[in-house]
Amino acid sequence: MSYNEMIESGEVRAPYAMLSDWVASMPAEMRQMKQAEAEALFRRIGITFAVYGEGGDPDRLIPFDMIPRVFQQSEWRKMERGIKQRARALNAFLRDVYGRAEIIRAGRIPARLVFQNEAYEKAVVGFVPPRGVYSHIVGIDIVRTGRDEFFVLEDNCRTPSGVSYMLENREIMMRMFPGLFRNNRIEPVDQYPELLRRTLASVAPAKCEGTPTIVILTPGHYNSAYYEHSFLANLMGVELVEGSDLFVDGGFVYMRTTQGPKRVDVIYRRIDDPYLDPLCFRKDSMLGVPGLMDVYRSGGVSIASAPGAGVADDKAIYTYVPEMIRFYLGEEPLLQNVQTWTLWKDDDYKYVMENLKDLVVKEVHGSGGYGMLIGPKATREEIARFAELIKANPGNYIAQPTLALSTSPTFVDEGIAPRHVDLRPFCLCGDRVELVPGGLTRVALREGSLVVNSSQGGGVKDTWVLTE
Amino acid sequence: MLSRTAANLFWMGRHLERAETAARLLDVGARITLLPNTEEGYRNEWESLLRASGAQDAFAEHYGDRINQENIESWLFFDKQNHSSVASCFEKAREGGRIVRTALTNQVWDALNTAFQELRQLVARPRGDIDTAQLTDFTTRHGATVRGAINASQLRNDGWHFINLGYSLERADATSRLLDVKYFVLLPRVEFVGSGLDNYQWQVILRALSAHRAFHWAYGGEVTANKVADFLILNGESPRSLLTSLYEAVWNLDGLTRRYGETVPATASLRARQTLEELMARDIDAIFDEGLHEFLSWFINEIGVIADAVQDDYFSGRM
Repeated sequence: MSYNEMIESGEVRAPYAMLSDWVASMPAEMRQMKQAEAEALFRRIGITFAVYGEGGDPDRLIPFDMIPRVFQQSEWRKMERGIKQRARALNAFLRDVYGRAEIIRAGRIPARLVFQNEAYEKAVVGFVPPRGVYSHIVGIDIVRTGRDEFFVLEDNCRTPSGVSYMLENREIMMRMFPGLFRNNRIEPVDQYPELLRRTLASVAPAKCEGTPTIVILTPGHYNSAYYEHSFLANLMGVELVEGSDLFVDGGFVYMRTTQGPKRVDVIYRRIDDPYLDPLCFRKDSMLGVPGLMDVYRSGGVSIASAPGAGVADDKAIYTYVPEMIRFYLGEEPLLQNVQTWTLWKDDDYKYVMENLKDLVVKEVHGSGGYGMLIGPKATREEIARFAELIKANPGNYIAQPTLALSTSPTFVDEGIAPRHVDLRPFCLCGDRVELVPGGLTRVALREGSLVVNSSQGGGVKDTWVLTE
Repeated sequence: MLSRTAANLFWMGRHLERAETAARLLDVGARITLLPNTEEGYRNEWESLLRASGAQDAFAEHYGDRINQENIESWLFFDKQNHSSVASCFEKAREGGRIVRTALTNQVWDALNTAFQELRQLVARPRGDIDTAQLTDFTTRHGATVRGAINASQLRNDGWHFINLGYSLERADATSRLLDVKYFVLLPRVEFVGSGLDNYQWQVILRALSAHRAFHWAYGGEVTANKVADFLILNGESPRSLLTSLYEAVWNLDGLTRRYGETVPATASLRARQTLEELMARDIDAIFDEGLHEFLSWFINEIGVIADAVQDDYFSGRM
């Protein structure tokens, strides 16, 4: 039985009290009207999400549910401390594995998992980026299973997306239901772009003179997250560039402007490591900037997240994050990991293969809800097929118990029903570690479904943190 | 401003103006078919309109010699293979706008995006349900909405100059091409005088430039070839005249030069100013003496040179 965030022992919980009345008093026609209004707003603003390989409408909307998900101040504070702690440990880990690798020497993490990891970039070994920060925006996916039970499902240290939904969901709610915001005391989130800009400015390279010039590097307007890239650039007041807008000259990076070349100090890149620099990584990349890595390593430009940051966020390293927190910070983890079996260990392998029907199995490097098995939802044939995949390459998989994800009230065809949710807050790391009170709540709209990914029929909600 | 952003804004302006040009050609063409005339007569008119749109050969490739209202309507409005059709232009303007979202206000984006969404609905409707007037109305209405949003909400910065530079150069180019296609009807020819044919042909030109009413306000009296040519070439009040269009291009280039100072080359600005001075040094009789076609060829070439110089000055990134 999963935890219902609105109703506990038949009573409406305090943070949802006002919302519960609001939802109950909304006539069905009004609800439909408002839902249509919200969709029209999203489409007009152009917040759409392209899903690869499906054909159909290239400008697809992510379904938006109008009932917010609510956290009490005390719940949030606890999560916030845990998230910041985790973000610090992940950055300490990155600094370490590209330096002396003490954690490996101490035998706390197997060397193989780090040095043979595809995301480990030999090209940046020995280089310490400004302030020792590698992952400047850490997206930590959190699920809840009980009143006080919060677990980290995965870490995203590269370029987590979704923050534009956090901001736009709030904008649209405020526009459609101003009364709700007057009657509830809801912490604002709209300072995020300014905090992001400050964070990026704080990691400007030593060679930067004066106010740092920041840019966002996008793969281009065909990318599914292009809206988010332009949205953030707009709110931060920085240029949105493509690889071809940048070039390297004399140890610095410049962008081509109408007034000639202009030096760039900090690049918030939304393209993956292999595409950053064809001279250093993939030679066929048309998205990157030739020579960028040389400038980076000589301190002429900062890149966020730092190349190589991905080694901290795959599902194998994930199992060691609590160990990192103890090792680098000397603290006990405030947020727990989900119990995880790693299939390259014999005992775990044996257990998992015997219990596939009860477990969730994921690829170590997979993302977006692809390449996974949800045991309880799978047919016998699907399980058998997946077992073959695992046998062929056990090191490529981890397994976790099927979590009873908490539910939040959600509008469905028949009225209101509980649907499973998760949460992605966005933690900023620069000269300070900061977090806006909120995040992106994703909701599995199909009854009973645990998959919240937008590419697989998930929707989004506004996320509220109430003030005291 | 990023060179790529500037180029996108410039082309957004050009495409929006080009869409309106296509719609006006469509309108005037549809009108011709309503006049009593021979089958051969329409054909010539349609052909000259296709020539004015610069797409005669491409049309022939797709439709052969089936020059009729339905095919022309498809070609000038709907056909994506025609890079100057209304649908192509709106789509490119919107795509360009999407790429440079950060340089546009919400109102401008909203107007562009609404035009695009409504265009998709229009395209999905059965062709038989739509008449030509709806197509031209659609284009002028959305063109005006976008234009209005730009004027009302964009910062008067370099981006604004690039958009308007696109509009004005495109307009100068479109007007001169249309005149060049029809230049022979403006030449005083003994056999036409007083035949009614010349008058009707001039009306076609004026209408194709949405200038048939404005003309009478500006000149009054008899319609003569000289007056029509003067109105479309040298009249500073006529919104689509060569002089007005070029003047606006110069004004926007001056704005950029002032803003960017001396470190940025201003070859486009200098060339445009020089062309403007040469244009203003002429009167309509001098143009006829020189040869209307020769004059228009010179002017079309100048516009091309200026556009290339804009590319070199601002869009190349000069490294």
